[in-house]
Amino acid sequence: MVSPDPTSSTPGNKSQRASLRVALIGNPNTGKSTIFSALCGVPTRIGNYPGVTVEKKIGTYKDNQGEVQIIDLPGTYSLAARTLDEQVSVDVLLGRQADVPSLDAVIVVADATNLDRNLYLFSQVRDLGLPTILVLNMWDRIAQESIEIDLEMLKKRLSTPIITTAAARKVGIETLRLAIRQVTDCAKPEIFSPLPAVLHEQSQQLKDWMASKGVQDTPLPWIERLVLDCGNQGLEIFAKKHNLPELSAKIEAVRETLASQNCRVPTVETRVRYQWIRETLTDVVRRPLHERLTWSDRIDKVVTHRWWGLILFAAVMFVVFQAIYRWAEPGMLLIESVQGFVGDSISSMLPPGMLRSLLVDGIVAGVGSVVVFLPQILLLFLFIGVLEDCGYMARAAFVMDKLMTRLGLSGKSFVPLMSSFACAVPGIMATRTIENRTERFVTILVAPLMSCSARLPVYLLLIGTFIPSTTWLGGWIGLQGLTLLFMQSLGAMIAVPIAFILRKTFFKGEMPPFVMELPPYKWPSLNVIFHRVWERGLAFVTRAGTLIFCTSVIVWAASYFPADRTQIHELEANREGLQAELAALPAIEETSDESVRSQIALLDSQISALASEEMVLGGEAIEKSFLGYAGHAIEPVVKPLGWDWKIGVGVIASFPAREVIIATMGTIYSLGGEVSEEDEGLRDALNHAAWPDGKPVYNIPVALSIMVFFALCAQCAATIMTIQRETNSWKWAAFTFVYMTTLAYIGAWIAYAIAGNFV
Amino acid sequence: MNLADLKVGQQGTITQVVGDDTLALRLMEMGLIEGEVVRLLGKAPMGEPLEFAYRSSRLSLRKLEATRVEIELLKDST
Repeated sequence: MVSPDPTSSTPGNKSQRASLRVALIGNPNTGKSTIFSALCGVPTRIGNYPGVTVEKKIGTYKDNQGEVQIIDLPGTYSLAARTLDEQVSVDVLLGRQADVPSLDAVIVVADATNLDRNLYLFSQVRDLGLPTILVLNMWDRIAQESIEIDLEMLKKRLSTPIITTAAARKVGIETLRLAIRQVTDCAKPEIFSPLPAVLHEQSQQLKDWMASKGVQDTPLPWIERLVLDCGNQGLEIFAKKHNLPELSAKIEAVRETLASQNCRVPTVETRVRYQWIRETLTDVVRRPLHERLTWSDRIDKVVTHRWWGLILFAAVMFVVFQAIYRWAEPGMLLIESVQGFVGDSISSMLPPGMLRSLLVDGIVAGVGSVVVFLPQILLLFLFIGVLEDCGYMARAAFVMDKLMTRLGLSGKSFVPLMSSFACAVPGIMATRTIENRTERFVTILVAPLMSCSARLPVYLLLIGTFIPSTTWLGGWIGLQGLTLLFMQSLGAMIAVPIAFILRKTFFKGEMPPFVMELPPYKWPSLNVIFHRVWERGLAFVTRAGTLIFCTSVIVWAASYFPADRTQIHELEANREGLQAELAALPAIEETSDESVRSQIALLDSQISALASEEMVLGGEAIEKSFLGYAGHAIEPVVKPLGWDWKIGVGVIASFPAREVIIATMGTIYSLGGEVSEEDEGLRDALNHAAWPDGKPVYNIPVALSIMVFFALCAQCAATIMTIQRETNSWKWAAFTFVYMTTLAYIGAWIAYAIAGNFV
Repeated sequence: MNLADLKVGQQGTITQVVGDDTLALRLMEMGLIEGEVVRLLGKAPMGEPLEFAYRSSRLSLRKLEATRVEIELLKDST
């Protein structure tokens, strides 16, 4: 514990300020996110640091002295920075990141069972000179693994407050909050770095030289990191910004001086720090003499086994996709009935006309048909969250690495690609963990082929409507689930040759290195998973509320105008009047009065006559709408795929965001009058859709052709823009769009041709 | 001899990590430094990558990366 120094400490100053700012940093897999959510709950702000691709995540909580802001820094093993992304953590910690004001303290989260390696990052952070708290998380596992840690001795040796936590069970969080208050009320701790004195002297000289050139206030620890981190991209930018062209040469000279004193950069840092860690932990950490296999190792024996590992992997994927289909059903039914209720309520309040049509056929039908897939999307994120948090994702990368190397990728590409199954945008952003440019770019270019959650609604709708619900083995294996599995894996299968070709053409070169930690298995933290599912669900709903809302309105307008619909609305009003009359009468089974019975029969026939007249007029009106003209114009192009002009329109409208097709179809069929009163929704409308000669439009080959098209096509503006941002080039964004769209057309054509021969 | 030469279950003491490039630095940052005792815990289904255990860490490397870490075989390792 750092004792407060009465002369230099200024308690009171900080409590007067609006809020405390504390950074949270730690190795991956130490439960840092669990601590973050235990402290602050849902983050108040998520965004990006400007100019780089690092996520900026900030949360807040209040204690009796006021507000505390927690800035979550990306999980890392080391502060050594080569890329601008890696430089962000150092800049935030030293108050040099323009959009984050300087910090009051930093919390280093360490895995208590793996202190040796975790103290490396701690020692780097502590050298920066901020008030530091060391959190030993997963403290409950110490006893389980018969490890003994002498906390008192460790506190003394590190002269740092140490808090033990078991964040998954919220143990130690209050103590941590108290420690944050205490440490920020104390004086800044003295830096006593294990790094050699010559480094500090040389860095001080650099600092003085920079000051003589008019560049003041560069913190010494920041300069030291510049010296230690070879090939740091930030150096050039800094030198340019401050007009210090000689800086590079100066730093090179410092490195030579260090090398001459047996302190060669970059190896000196790891050597010295690990030496310090060993000395620090002598007599502090006692492990069982005979290192037995932990239970985590035992699980690994099975999970990474030659055969069992692969079988388990396939089984996990299978269960995930089957479950998404089966478990979400009640939630979907609920949403569908809410949608029906809202639509009916509006209809009963407004007379037939443009406004009612906009609300019911445009907005409720459009947005509702997308929101209905929320339960399935939440389930998918739930599974991904559980697999990630329990440690299985790393094993999946381990098991899959050899296979991925055949494509010129690595197991590390596996996690970004796996995340792309949820959404290509975070998946592409997750490729930042891949250091090698070649590997990273190839991963980015094939990531949009992975079947994202926006494709799921399309598959679900078409499979649920057209694929027979045959099941085997007592309902455990179903044809629908198998088709879904096939559609979900199609993109991944196609990605194999694409990646291979890319590695042989645009991205030739050697295999980049592979260094990956396999974290111990643990029970997934419900808290962390809940937050992840919540964030993703919220993002999906927001999208449905904005982008899809707008598209729904536009598509509605394009299919409503310019045809004259006054006659249809009149028919509608008449029909509803008759329906109200009918509703006032008793049900036909409940009455024996002949006159009432004949009245009911008359009303029934009048209503159905009006309804079919509406349907015919509605169909004509939509053909004469803007959308109808566009659809007919492209019909020759999509005809070989088995599509009619309505599907063509749906596909055109869904290029900005593929899930829009559901909303578009909902609007087209609803406006076209093909969703009759008895039909619950789009599924029935599709079943009834027919070519002019009365042949049904949709059959299994057409459904497959549409699904294959959606599996392979780049219908997502957000993905294309993310590719542009991450590769910093429009060229690769355009390339992705063109190759995927071409692939989709060919794939859909083949699917239609092949399936047509069998069905 | 280096880490790639170990058989499953065997242990070795690190003598040095070869090179001072990014890969060498990353290996050292992960705690593969002189004097550390490393055991080959297992291999992935297709023979690669390899899973190594040292202290409480479990690290996976391909054979190519493992050859960068030179070791002395511990005789009594099983």
